[in-house]
Amino acid sequence: MADISTDKMEVNLEEEQVISPWKEAWRTFRKNKLALVGGGIVTFFILLAIIGPFVVPEGIDDQKLTEARLQPPSAEYWFGTDDFGRDIFSRVVHGARISLSVGFFSVMGSIIVGSFLGILAGYYRGIVDGVISRIFDIMLAFPSILLAIGIVAVLGPSLQNALIAIAIINIPTFGRLIRSKVLSVKEEEFILAAKSIGMKDTRILFHHILPNSMPPIIVQGTLAIATAIIEAAALGFLGLGARSPKPEWGRMLADSQAYFINAPWMMIFPGLAIILTVLGFNLLGDGLRDALDPKMKT
Amino acid sequence: MYAYIIRRLLTLIPVLLGLTLIVFLMIRAIPGNPAHIILGQAATEESIEALNKKLGLDQPWYVQYFKYLGGLLTGDLGDSIRTDSPISEQIWPYLAGTIELALVAMLIAVFIGVNAGIISAWFQNSWFDYALMLLALIGVSMPIFWLGLLEQWIFAVNLDWFPTGGRDNVRNPVEPITHLYIIDTIIQGDTEKLVEVIRHLVLPAVALATIPMAIIARITRSSMLEVMRTDYIRTAKAKGMKMFWVVYKHSLKNASIPILTVIGLQLGLLLGGAILTETIFSWPGIGRYIYDAINYRDYPVVQSSILIIALFFVLINLIVDILYAIIDPRIKYR
Repeated sequence: MADISTDKMEVNLEEEQVISPWKEAWRTFRKNKLALVGGGIVTFFILLAIIGPFVVPEGIDDQKLTEARLQPPSAEYWFGTDDFGRDIFSRVVHGARISLSVGFFSVMGSIIVGSFLGILAGYYRGIVDGVISRIFDIMLAFPSILLAIGIVAVLGPSLQNALIAIAIINIPTFGRLIRSKVLSVKEEEFILAAKSIGMKDTRILFHHILPNSMPPIIVQGTLAIATAIIEAAALGFLGLGARSPKPEWGRMLADSQAYFINAPWMMIFPGLAIILTVLGFNLLGDGLRDALDPKMKT
Repeated sequence: MYAYIIRRLLTLIPVLLGLTLIVFLMIRAIPGNPAHIILGQAATEESIEALNKKLGLDQPWYVQYFKYLGGLLTGDLGDSIRTDSPISEQIWPYLAGTIELALVAMLIAVFIGVNAGIISAWFQNSWFDYALMLLALIGVSMPIFWLGLLEQWIFAVNLDWFPTGGRDNVRNPVEPITHLYIIDTIIQGDTEKLVEVIRHLVLPAVALATIPMAIIARITRSSMLEVMRTDYIRTAKAKGMKMFWVVYKHSLKNASIPILTVIGLQLGLLLGGAILTETIFSWPGIGRYIYDAINYRDYPVVQSSILIIALFFVLINLIVDILYAIIDPRIKYR
């Protein structure tokens, strides 16, 4: 009987052109103008983070206290200069590398730890699930930025600790996502089939369940980078993240507070950089969601 | 109904215990000797020992935890290291400041957000709809601290319409009764001070309201669009009912559950966002209290304030869950 049905399927597959789910997702994505704009912005900032620091006129801390302090934007200093006479344009470009790395690596950290815990909880259920799920509940009972502030207050303020804090606060989001995905995939017949031919648990997890959980992780991951960038900037702004002279955007905004009455460019450009990057990741994430996971639409 | 509420309350117990445990472990998680870090490099052996004793760090951790829990149950939040007085006695004015700010922000966010979402759905695909959704998109991506600085620069520094920070006029301060200044000034019948208080509230409240406003507008629009496609709405239109009533009475009621969810969720998140807004606008609220405490390494204050905000957050989520069950009886069977 199994033979007959696979025969039929093959016939069908030959008649209609086979499109892989990823290709189909790309087709949907391509039609979505806002998503393309988001993708464009994100690509731009990634390139900026990689190439930018080699191209810009100044390093992160080239002070010119006497000749170029608090200069307004001009042909020489596109975004003006700050209270140390440093070129803000150069610093904003250098800052792209910081913000994007913090966003990317913190979210990668949350995904790895969250997936691990989510898989344990979803696959083994029972006490393991109970304990892990309660921990997630408790972590989600804090407003996330507050939990991050608490963690950094304990670990001590630094960019690295801000990254760790942001990674920690996002773990439950991914953990819950994977757990629910594992729970639903586990009931599928192909998992039963894999089990019946004696496949090991770890192999089932890594070869069947994890790949099936990829689309929602990619969507959630993209949106989480957006929040992570804002959170990192918020911690930097509060003096709990990057330290001067690191040109982290939130830190630059904090430093601008004493001067922006006379030198508003110190505040405007780092802020613009944050909102543009975040907007890019949000648009891209929304577009990916519509393309990869239409059921998640709100 | 009651069974649902009781079940929901029972699930709170492990969460609350976990919250207190995490907050309790905070001080213990400081790398090295906490007392040493709190007191700084110049600390003497005796002063470190004294602080260890005061914080109870010389006892095993589980003894400390149960003492801490016992203290919490009797309303003891520990002592501030900086002022050397009980936190429970000094926290209310700050808490009241944040509550006032958060409530006014939420009021703005709900009023504008819901109405904008409704009008956007009513005139779907009009220029208003497009402009609004674009604004909402930008609003969602807005770093609140940048918006605060922009507001300060435009409306306080350049236009001089509103003060740059604080809760009231320092030279003519409000005499606190409840510490909710709007209520205090109304009780005292002092309109001049009431106006001052409101003028101080506008900029921080608008900054704090922006993100929830954008999210509420988006969810209201999509929820309304879904409802307005249904048959009973078509019937209401067909029988010649005025469009205004179709939209605001018939549609809004059925679109309200997702909107309510988001409002509840956002109210909780506002408490977290308040710390940034309060820092920018020198608003003497709980966020500012935490911020100062971190800078003074006053860990008991950091600990207790975070616990209090988390408790509020949990409480708000509980109320939202119960409200659902009242609005939509199907939920309690889940």
